[in-house]
Order: sequence, then structure tokens, then C-alpha cells
Amino acid sequence: MEQLLQQVGAGLANGAIYASLALALVMIFVSTNHINFAQGEMAMFSAYIAWQFMEWGLSFWLALPLVMALSFTTGVVIERTILRPLHGAPVLSVVVVFIGLLTIFHALAGGIWTYTIKAVPSPFPEVAFPGSGYIGSHQLGMIGVTVIVLIALFTFFRFTPLGLAMRAAAQNPASARLAGISVDWMLALGWGLAAAVGAVAGCMVAPAVYLEPNMMASILLYGFAGALVGGISSPGGAVAGGFIVGVLENLIAYLGNVVERTTGLYIVGNGEKLTVALVIVIAVLTLKPSGLFGHVTVERV
Amino acid sequence: MADTVASRNGTPAASAAGFVWGYRYGLLLVVLPLLLIAGGKAGFVSNFQFLQLSLMIVYAIAVLGLNLLTGFNGQISLGHGAFFAAGAYTAAILIDQHNWPLWATLPMAALVCFFAGYLFGLPALRLEGHYLALATFALAVAVPQILKYRHLEPITKGVMGINVFKSDPPFGLPLSTDQWMFLVVLAVAAFMFWIARNLLDSRTGRALIAIRDHSMAASTMGINVAHYKAVVFGISALYTGLAGALHGVIFEFVSPDSFRFELSIAILVGAVVGGIASLPGAVIGGVFVQVIEKYADALTKQISAAVQLPLELDPWLIYGIVLIALMYAMPTGIVGGMAVLWRRLKAMRGL
Repeated sequence: MEQLLQQVGAGLANGAIYASLALALVMIFVSTNHINFAQGEMAMFSAYIAWQFMEWGLSFWLALPLVMALSFTTGVVIERTILRPLHGAPVLSVVVVFIGLLTIFHALAGGIWTYTIKAVPSPFPEVAFPGSGYIGSHQLGMIGVTVIVLIALFTFFRFTPLGLAMRAAAQNPASARLAGISVDWMLALGWGLAAAVGAVAGCMVAPAVYLEPNMMASILLYGFAGALVGGISSPGGAVAGGFIVGVLENLIAYLGNVVERTTGLYIVGNGEKLTVALVIVIAVLTLKPSGLFGHVTVERV
Repeated sequence: MADTVASRNGTPAASAAGFVWGYRYGLLLVVLPLLLIAGGKAGFVSNFQFLQLSLMIVYAIAVLGLNLLTGFNGQISLGHGAFFAAGAYTAAILIDQHNWPLWATLPMAALVCFFAGYLFGLPALRLEGHYLALATFALAVAVPQILKYRHLEPITKGVMGINVFKSDPPFGLPLSTDQWMFLVVLAVAAFMFWIARNLLDSRTGRALIAIRDHSMAASTMGINVAHYKAVVFGISALYTGLAGALHGVIFEFVSPDSFRFELSIAILVGAVVGGIASLPGAVIGGVFVQVIEKYADALTKQISAAVQLPLELDPWLIYGIVLIALMYAMPTGIVGGMAVLWRRLKAMRGL
């Protein structure tokens, strides 16, 4: 029982990261209908910059807002310079441009900081707290920071005029433009926010998995799966989806372990949990194509 | 996209011209390789270069498979490396553990991959766009893990991989193994491209394109959308799997880590860069995939030596920049870009 709770705790912690990335994907998706495949590598790059700041002597909590600001700016600049000219280009061309961005960030990180893995200290102190047998302090911190970011974003979108303008631009660009909203800039802001959220995810996950250029590859896949399971058009759903995928992944490994210990039969282990989790996600999607919390869109012909 | 399809079903005169062209291409296809291997074992093209040429052709077949699915039927796949792997492993296992001859393994690999693709295509019917992208992406990520799966290890040999031995040229032909494999690959490719051309020109091909352009309209015209979508998934997997089988044989080795998801991405990039709904585009795409894999490293070293950069340049950096630049210059791929250039040139001459 204790092990099960530990696994759920670890799953929630991973889920927090997947949720952040899923949210970043959804933020770009709702306004452009594109999945930014470079989101994970951008987050990885942000984590490297945070590491560099810490190497230069900054504390983590000083480096984080700096990196978020930098990532925000980078996101806005990428949207304005690289993606703006591609409005109206075929979807696959945009996908290939995302793949190009992904490899550029990957290669830059490898070129600047080399491919050797780096240990990153956790910003959260190792202290005992009620329930600390079930969840580590870094894991709890990951969940806490993610929840804070989510609440901040929710507040921003729900209660500020700028947030309202961004939602309007995403939902109905034509009408938003008529109401005097600069839809183009709202798009760029969305990219910036997504990059900043991704930066938080990258900085939070780096102490848990070691910093290296490949660290976000499977996390992006899980985030993508989480976003789709929750409903790609619903930010709240994407966050829930991220947590679901995180817990699911750890439970599969746990169950496989239990089965092997009791019956001696090896079915799934750590090596296959990604595959099994994805199979389940896809099975859910074939039964419920718009995701668990998504809206079914009816298209007029 | 549209004009490549339209031009083929033109007037009788056009189709006669098309026949002459097809005839010339066919002649070229026979004469060129004969010239290349003319010198026998000590010819002016080295064995290494023959291997490179063979790999380009193999990737062209793989890219053609994806073209049929994505370009002509509108179903995206980020996981065609999985079928490539399935084909390669089928061939390797049959040759290594069952002593099958090469000529028998290729159709078998194609058949296995057709069924794998068809079966995958059935649930994929419920998924569209990004959902299909995720499902196929997941397939690409899953395949290396499945190949390493503990209970399959007796067959797949796990991370160790399987060594495949190239077959020597038959009938005592005075050719090196690489030259012989080049001829085999070329013949298979020519046959498969010919089949693809005819398929696209048939009732099936028109149905595929109709489904891509408007699936609802297609179904009201009496096209069985589900049937065609699953079948084209199978055909597409057949092409890519056959390419995988050939790759395994030329490369003489298969292992789970040669089929990571980067391979799927490379095939997709090749297809888009070449031109997603065009047969010549598949050839260009295949060349692109192999050139990048083989020469990006050397090219990058030359560039960084020339400009004396302080940090070590990664070939992938150049790759990313080239990809973005290409999509800017030619959003519909190299074939589409060439068509635009040609039209402009003609317009200028017209003035």
C-alpha cells in the first residue's frame, strides 16, 4: 500500500511537468491549430540557461524569473520572425519548420553545453513534513510550483483585459480584429507565455532527471498525449490529462512489478511503460476522439 | 499538388507524349546502371558509392510509401520508421534463422508490413490530424522498446541486433556484391514506382485523392472511405517495409537502435522536402534523407573550419536551418518549387 501511494505521488509529480507542457502546447494550438513540436526542446534550452545562471552564482529563485522572461521574449521573437511568414502555408510545411526548430535548439544546447549529463541541485530543502514518506520534497515542490503557475495563468486569462483579448483572438480572430484587438500580437504573446510555462517545466524537471539535451523528448510525448487525452481545445482538460498520464505511467510500472513479484511472470517493466501508457491513451482516444474534457466540434459543410 | 495529378489525365496527345517520356525514362533506367557497372568489379564507381546510391534508392521507396499515405490520402504519419523496422526485421529473421533466399524474403516482408499497416490503419480510422500524429508517433517510439522486449528476445536478439549476410551475385556474374545489390534495389524501386504510378492513375488512386480533398464529399459519391483509408495504410506500410527489408540486407545489420523515432522524422522530412504528393518528389526525398545522414557531418566540419567558429558546430544545427530555409523558399517541396520556377521562366520568355 505504501509503495502504491509512493508511486501515485511520483506520478502526480511527473504529471505536473506533463501538465505544464500540455498547457503550453494547448496555448499555441487554440490560436493557430498547430502542435509546436519544438516546445520540449525550447523548455530544455531554458533549463540550460537557468543552470548557466546558477553556475554564475545566482540562486535558483532569482534565475527562474529571469529565465522565464528570457523564454517569453524568445517565444515572441520566434513567432514574429519565423512563424509569421508561414501563415497560410501547408500544415506539413509548418510541421517541418517545427522539426527544424527542434533540431536547432537541440544542437545549440549540445554545442554550447556539450552532451554530458549534468546534475542539478533541487531548489527545495530536504525537510520532513507530514506525508514525506510518500513523496519527496522536490516532487511536492514540482507540484506546488506547477499549481501556482496554473492559478496565475487562470487569473490572467479570466480577470485581465489582456487575457480576455487573447482569448477573443484565439476563439474568433475575425470578430476580435473588428473589436480593435491586434490579433497578430495576441498570437505572439501566446507563444511567449507558452515558452515561459515550458521554461518552468524545464527548470522543475531538470533536478529530477539530470540535465541533458535529450531530457525533454519523452516528456514532450507525454505532454502531447496528456493534451489530447484531456481535450486539445481545453486548457483545463490538458492539465488534467497531464496528471492522468503521469499517474498512469507510474501505475503501469508498479503493476508490472507486483505481477512479476507475485507470479514470477515478467509482463511490463520500466522499459515498456511508455509504450503501454501510449497504447492506453490511444485506446481512449479511439473511443472518445475529442478527449475526456474536450468539446465535440460540429463542422458545417 | 493538383497539377501533378491533373497533367497525367490530359488529352490523348498529352498521354502519347507521356508514353514517349515513360519510354525514355525506362531506357534511361536500363542504360544508366549498365554504364555504371560497365567496368565490372574494378569499375570507375567504387563499391562504397554503390552502397550510397543503393541507400538513396531504398529511402526513396520508403518516402514513396509515406507519400502515398500522407500526400495522396491526407493521413499524417510520424511513425513510418516502425514499418521500416518491421520490414528489416522480417527480412533479417527469415535470412538469419530460416535461411530464406533474398528473393523470397522481400515479398514476405512486404506482405507482413501490409498486414501490420492495415491492422494499424483500422483503429487509426477513428483518429485524424493531430490524433493520428500522436498515434503514429507513439508507434515510432514503441518499436525499439518492443524489439528489446524480454519475451521477444529469442527472435529479435534484443539490443544485440541481427547480422545479415549479403547474397553474392548469382550465375557467376562478374559483379561485386555491392554492384549486384544496387541492381536489385534499382529493379525493385523501378517496379514499385511503376506500380505506384498505375495505382494513382486508377479508380483506387482517384478515390484516395478524393478522400484527401473532401472525405465527406467522397463518401457521398459512393467511395467506401474506411476501406480505402485502411487499405492505403497497408500499401504505404508495404512500401516502407520493403524499403526496410532492402536496407537491412544492404546494411547487413539490424538493431533496435537503428530504428529510433528519428528515422520516422527523417522519412517525413524527406517526403515534405521532396514534395509530398509527387512521385519524383519521393526520389528527391530519398536522396535528401541519405545525403543528410551521410554528409551533414562532413559538411558541417568544413563550414565551421571555414568560418572558424568558437564552439563546435553540430550537423543538426545546419540541418534545422536548412529545413526552415527550404520551407520558406519552397513550401510545397522541391518539386513544387521547381514547378513554380519553371512557370516563371516560361512567363518571362513569353514576354
